[in-house]
Amino acid sequence: MAEGNLQVSPGPHLWHGLSVSKIMYIVVIALLPPTGAAIYFFGYRALTVIITSVVFAVLTEFVVKKMRGKPFVMDGSAIITGLLLALTLPPTINLWMVALGAIFSIAIIKEAFGGLGHNIFNPALSARAFLTASFGVEMTTWTTSTGFTADAIATATPLSKSVAWQGGYLPLFWGNIAGSIGETSAFAIIIGAIILISLRIIDWRIPATYVGTVAILSLIIGKDPVLYVLGGGLLLGAVYMATDYVTSPITHKGRIIFGVGCGIITMVIRALGGLPEGVCYSILLMNAVTPLIDRYVKTRPFGLVKVAKSKT
Amino acid sequence: MTLPEKVILPLQQNIGAPAAALVKKGDKVKTGDKIGESKSFVSALLHATVSGEVEGIIQVINPASGRLCDAIVIASDGLDTTADFQPVKDVSALTNEEIIAKIKDAGIVGMGGATFPTHVKLVPPKDKIVDTLIMNGCECEPYITSDHRVMLEYGDKVLAGLGLIAKVLSIKNVYLAIEDNKENAIEHLAKLIDEAKYNFQVIPIKTRYPMGAEKTLVKTVINKEVPIGGLPLDVGAVVQNVSTAKAIYDAVYEGKPLIERVVTVTGNIKTPKNLLVRFGTPIKNLIDYCGGTTGGEVIMGGPMMGIAQFDLGFPITKGTNCILVKDALTIKESDCINCGRCVEVCPMGLLPTLYPKYVKKGRYADCKASYVENCVECGACTYSCPANIPIVQYIKIAKKEIIKRKASK
Repeated sequence: MAEGNLQVSPGPHLWHGLSVSKIMYIVVIALLPPTGAAIYFFGYRALTVIITSVVFAVLTEFVVKKMRGKPFVMDGSAIITGLLLALTLPPTINLWMVALGAIFSIAIIKEAFGGLGHNIFNPALSARAFLTASFGVEMTTWTTSTGFTADAIATATPLSKSVAWQGGYLPLFWGNIAGSIGETSAFAIIIGAIILISLRIIDWRIPATYVGTVAILSLIIGKDPVLYVLGGGLLLGAVYMATDYVTSPITHKGRIIFGVGCGIITMVIRALGGLPEGVCYSILLMNAVTPLIDRYVKTRPFGLVKVAKSKT
Repeated sequence: MTLPEKVILPLQQNIGAPAAALVKKGDKVKTGDKIGESKSFVSALLHATVSGEVEGIIQVINPASGRLCDAIVIASDGLDTTADFQPVKDVSALTNEEIIAKIKDAGIVGMGGATFPTHVKLVPPKDKIVDTLIMNGCECEPYITSDHRVMLEYGDKVLAGLGLIAKVLSIKNVYLAIEDNKENAIEHLAKLIDEAKYNFQVIPIKTRYPMGAEKTLVKTVINKEVPIGGLPLDVGAVVQNVSTAKAIYDAVYEGKPLIERVVTVTGNIKTPKNLLVRFGTPIKNLIDYCGGTTGGEVIMGGPMMGIAQFDLGFPITKGTNCILVKDALTIKESDCINCGRCVEVCPMGLLPTLYPKYVKKGRYADCKASYVENCVECGACTYSCPANIPIVQYIKIAKKEIIKRKASK
């Protein structure tokens, strides 16, 4: 060691090593089961939707970062947004709409607010809401899942208000039903959830309270809780989108409030609203109140209660 | 380890008032001679750690605070002639006041790193009821094994030292909190307690950083929370480090002042060791004694709260428990993604993520309202931050700024 040439850095001199981009790529890996299921059940259409969405999300991130004069880092977050957006879309959607949604999610919802860590709303869900508002018919045209083999036939989703579900529970679990390409297979999503929760990437509290609230409320209003939990986009939203760090509360208590809130709004939309599905809007609405939750729901500092007692 | 040719003894090696030098250039001293003293109660005496001649008083930069402080330099004559230590034959005949006086005379401070003068701890305010003594057998930080060695090699002295503290404070509940990764220390001390018929209880504690921190330890052992801004005294507890307990034994039984301690030398070191080191020995001597290093930054203390040194001539002081040589990390701070890991790991129940955001905008009042002063600077938040934000450094800025503003009012 050369004298007088010592390196000095501030402590702590250890680091866990789990960086933002590592977390993001673990989420990408956890998204592979539902992505695979989407391709398996909806064939080439699903594959093209996914590729279009991811490519445009990453490209938009690159272009906008350059425009903002910020360094572009391939941290995986744009891939997640692209993948998530694709998984929430119906298989028959026009590809230019997919591209438009991807551009909207990154450019408007994420980067315009300051980039990763600063967005108020979940980018993928916002883009889905944007596409639903813009192209109502295309966004609600559902087909049967026939994989690569036969032509798809238009049909209703399990949660449809006009047609009662008669397909039994097993298709709901495996995913050969109509719906957004990534939401149909509960099995694939549960594998992803196990990966994320066991690696402690996401907090189990949000999906658990969200799904739990939906199940309990559907029981209370006399609906089939299994259908309500497995039939729509609930699992996909609860595992991958409601748990988005940036747009969900930071404390354990806050996350429970968030999950219960999502569950209540979802059920209000499903039971009382005109739409068959409410996952997207419920999470977006709870995103909006997240800053408020974080402001009022705080951790209890160590030793706080005792001080209050000794003062009285 | 071998005695250094020269020792550098900063006059402030404790929390509280610095000592004033009692010697001047050219004075001859023996090992253990008193060379620094302060009139203030919250202060600790300083003793010569080698015999020889005082070379003078120089200014050194305190690596912890960054401030200048005076230091006495003694050139060793290589003989290590000791002052006349007076062992006590019958310790049980000593009064509490005599015991405390001996501890004060020995210049003992909390050797876990806080360096709070020990004799002050033994005279609690009259209105406080102290009923629990906890021996802190949890290393301050990862990598450090000095307390572990002390428990194994000086177990009997540690117990005797604890016995003295328990006697002075008339405490009946004495717990030895030892991390469960030190099984041999747990067994060893339990055996010694049995043999010597102490009424102490060994409590294995889950090895988890920052367990060596007083507040965390008190909560774990007796399930009481030390109030914000308070001391363990406020919940009736006194915590003593193992090395401090051993120093108390040395002072009272053998009349020996505090002149040396066990220091862990580890990391990128040829042969990592625990060394018994005289205070004032330059860091470089320890590294050389252990066969040198393969490079990296030299940290005084552990990897979490330790401070990287810019001068290897800086001496070991009473609070130094470790010299760690480690490859430096590069910090690439990115934006907070609100993941909540810092919140999850904070032992003080804070929301660490808030502070960097506040400090960047100069919102120090908000830091204060969010209990930034409750932070123990353990660094767990920064360790776990995926965005690599040096949260604890922002917290230190906030704390300094709050003190500055308080002073200017």
